[in-house]
Amino acid sequence: MEHIIKNGIVYDPLNNIDGEKKDICVKDGKIVDSVSDDANVIDASGKIIMPGGVDPHTHIAGAKVNVGRMIRPEDSKKDVMGRSAGKRGGSGFSVPSTFMTGYRYAQMGYTTAMEAAMPPLLARHTHEEFHDTPIIDHAAYPLFGNNWFIMQYLKEGDLDKTAAYASWLLRATKGYTIKIVNPAGTEAWAWGGNVHGIDDPAPYFDVTGAEIIKGLAEVNEMLGLPHAIHLHCNDLGHPGNYETTLKSFDIPKGIKANPTTGSRDKVLYATHVQFHSYGGTNWRDFVSEAPKVADYVNKNDHIVIDVGQVTLDETTTMTADGPMEYDLHSLNGLKWANCDVELETGSGVVPFIYSGKAPVPSAQWAIGLELFLLVNDPEKICLTTDSPNAGPFTRYPRVMSWLMSNRYRKDMLENQVHKWAERKTSVATLDREYSFYEIAQISRATPATVLGLSDTKGHLGVGADADIAIYAFNPETQDPSADYVALEEALTRASYVLKDGEIVVKDGEVVNIGMPGRTYWVNSVYDAELETQIVGEVEKMFKKYYSVNFANYAVQDEYLPRSTPVDGVIL
Amino acid sequence: MSEIILTPKEQPLVPLEANNVTPDMFAGKSLDEIKNLGIWNGNRQDKLSKFFDVEGESSDNPSEIKIIIDGDAHNTKRIGQGMTAGEIFVKGNVSMYVGAEMKGGKITVEGNAASWPGQNMEGGELTVMGNAGDYVGSAYRGDWRGMSGGLITIHGNVGNEIAEYMLGGKMVIKGNVAIMPGVHMNGGLLIIEGNVVARVGGEMKGGTIVVKGVIDEFLAGFKYLGIERDPELEGEVIEGAYHKFKGDLATKGSSGLVYAAVAGNGHIAPY
Repeated sequence: MEHIIKNGIVYDPLNNIDGEKKDICVKDGKIVDSVSDDANVIDASGKIIMPGGVDPHTHIAGAKVNVGRMIRPEDSKKDVMGRSAGKRGGSGFSVPSTFMTGYRYAQMGYTTAMEAAMPPLLARHTHEEFHDTPIIDHAAYPLFGNNWFIMQYLKEGDLDKTAAYASWLLRATKGYTIKIVNPAGTEAWAWGGNVHGIDDPAPYFDVTGAEIIKGLAEVNEMLGLPHAIHLHCNDLGHPGNYETTLKSFDIPKGIKANPTTGSRDKVLYATHVQFHSYGGTNWRDFVSEAPKVADYVNKNDHIVIDVGQVTLDETTTMTADGPMEYDLHSLNGLKWANCDVELETGSGVVPFIYSGKAPVPSAQWAIGLELFLLVNDPEKICLTTDSPNAGPFTRYPRVMSWLMSNRYRKDMLENQVHKWAERKTSVATLDREYSFYEIAQISRATPATVLGLSDTKGHLGVGADADIAIYAFNPETQDPSADYVALEEALTRASYVLKDGEIVVKDGEVVNIGMPGRTYWVNSVYDAELETQIVGEVEKMFKKYYSVNFANYAVQDEYLPRSTPVDGVIL
Repeated sequence: MSEIILTPKEQPLVPLEANNVTPDMFAGKSLDEIKNLGIWNGNRQDKLSKFFDVEGESSDNPSEIKIIIDGDAHNTKRIGQGMTAGEIFVKGNVSMYVGAEMKGGKITVEGNAASWPGQNMEGGELTVMGNAGDYVGSAYRGDWRGMSGGLITIHGNVGNEIAEYMLGGKMVIKGNVAIMPGVHMNGGLLIIEGNVVARVGGEMKGGTIVVKGVIDEFLAGFKYLGIERDPELEGEVIEGAYHKFKGDLATKGSSGLVYAAVAGNGHIAPY
């Protein structure tokens, strides 16, 4: 099938195209130079064209997401979608069912989304849910930061063994990156505690968060992984945590990026930094330290962050940061689910209402925006809401509109949020407005690059996957700053979305689910001989401690309808 | 008042969901339009006239409309769901969710109601002359924000977990109650004139429960405050002498009140 998309206004930062009128040709799922006269013509006159969106950090599949669905029938009731031709029904506002997740990402023009926390033991469940999440390409990030084997090998100071285990685990779970959540803290939670800061050791293993971050950051480059270590810092959500955040950011500095695939040059991806940019000592004297955090990012080139923008919705928080969820439950008194994942990690789920009438959520909303507006280089920042933790991914269009319209933000500050947004943060003094080019950077180019997928994702150059979003907003006649309502609507319901060269969305509705999404996973073998030895050690631990048989642990190829390995080092 | 009479034909085996049967939906519609309103029968939508004969006359103003269901609707759910004004009078039984999420107006059921009558009710009046099932005036599954206003009166007996997560409004049960009335209650007034099996006000944080009958088993998490006569609650004097308790102290920050009639409840008072 061939398409030619005519007369659209193209924003494609990876190819330095900033609002040019340009035809895009598509053939056999790829972007090509030219097509035959038989090609289907899509008229994009007066419309914006961007590459398909890439979400580098979201929670859409696996055990804790499903726990969120199960403990929140009232969230399902709030948002129900009936079945229609070719589509399943579904429900859920903050934790939509799998099919609805795929449809809703596609409707916004997003074609790739990464599940940011996969307990290795529950990898099969995660891939099963991917199987039922249509349209979008995806990958899952296995959790390493509180894993017994990792902590043991790091305690022994043996980076080779750590690397061999990590490469084996990535292949066994069909995982994509080294995800670290509250390193040492979730293990401490298994003992009923938490760690405070990066120098507080995990019980028994006696390794600190700092040692885990440092060790895994080195391992990441020893393995030549496409993505950087993906770090959820210690002390999430605590007033005064920005010091921990800045210290954590500094740990991998000096390590050299060494990706086998892709063109990543950063060695640290720090996630939902909004939750890690707080000053003060308690919730009364709490203030934003986003300017200091943004300043660090501006001055250092080894780091990319995503924001975790609060959207002021009633949502469901879910994270492998088990102790944090307990704190949250103690704070808001709402229901709480707590999970322990044997030798690997833990998690918690708690509903949360970010009300614009309440002081703290309003300040959190403003802190997220401060990060967006104060980090100067859009190659260092990605758009996320840590969906659904700070708000559901369906609000990305609204976040984009806040960034593009100072007027919208002023209206929020004057009419919709508590005065703490102004009093505790500098957001009211920031009048920067993002351009469409910058929006395409933070939602397409930057995530694709730091994920190591920018050969085929996040751009519209020849050879890229034909994942394309077309929005009915005309930058030549409409001003996003003034017409932010129309902008949000246009970004919420794309005019057209192509996935792998097939039209999957038309006029804001999913019309075709196309092929199953790709599952990206990292194929890396650090040292085959050492790996065999490690697997022997792992098997012994399985017999002793795990609830499943070793042979039932690894995810078989059959789980991946469209397996797409990405190479790391193969030694 | 314009009356619209819905006469049920034989109730199908697969339940009906009549959330369109409200004065708000009928307002401004001709009789034919009302006949053509949708009604869910399982996962299929049919016309209202397939299951009900429709007669009478509508009005533009919902508060001027009285809907009479002239017969048994025991397998019809969601009658009057979300209504804001007007009146519904049912001459027989109804199924689940009658008056769920209602905000105003009045519903009277002459027969029995199944579970969830007045779920998440915000205002108006719901009266059931017969018995009702479980979860009278409760929150939706999983929700922690239940009935917030209005008045529910059940003349017969009811089941378990009524007034769960109640926030406001008033509920009067003339008959007996099974276990856990007012569980997780946060506000409002629940008056039970009959007996209760057990666990009144479990994990309640606020609101008031009055039991004029006998509570078989009472929870340990309540602090005894002594005997009070003719207490004035929500602007209303409740006659009689009551053992007064505060709780449920098993929950942090609790300040709910339970009044249990002195007569018959000596076994739950500490002295």
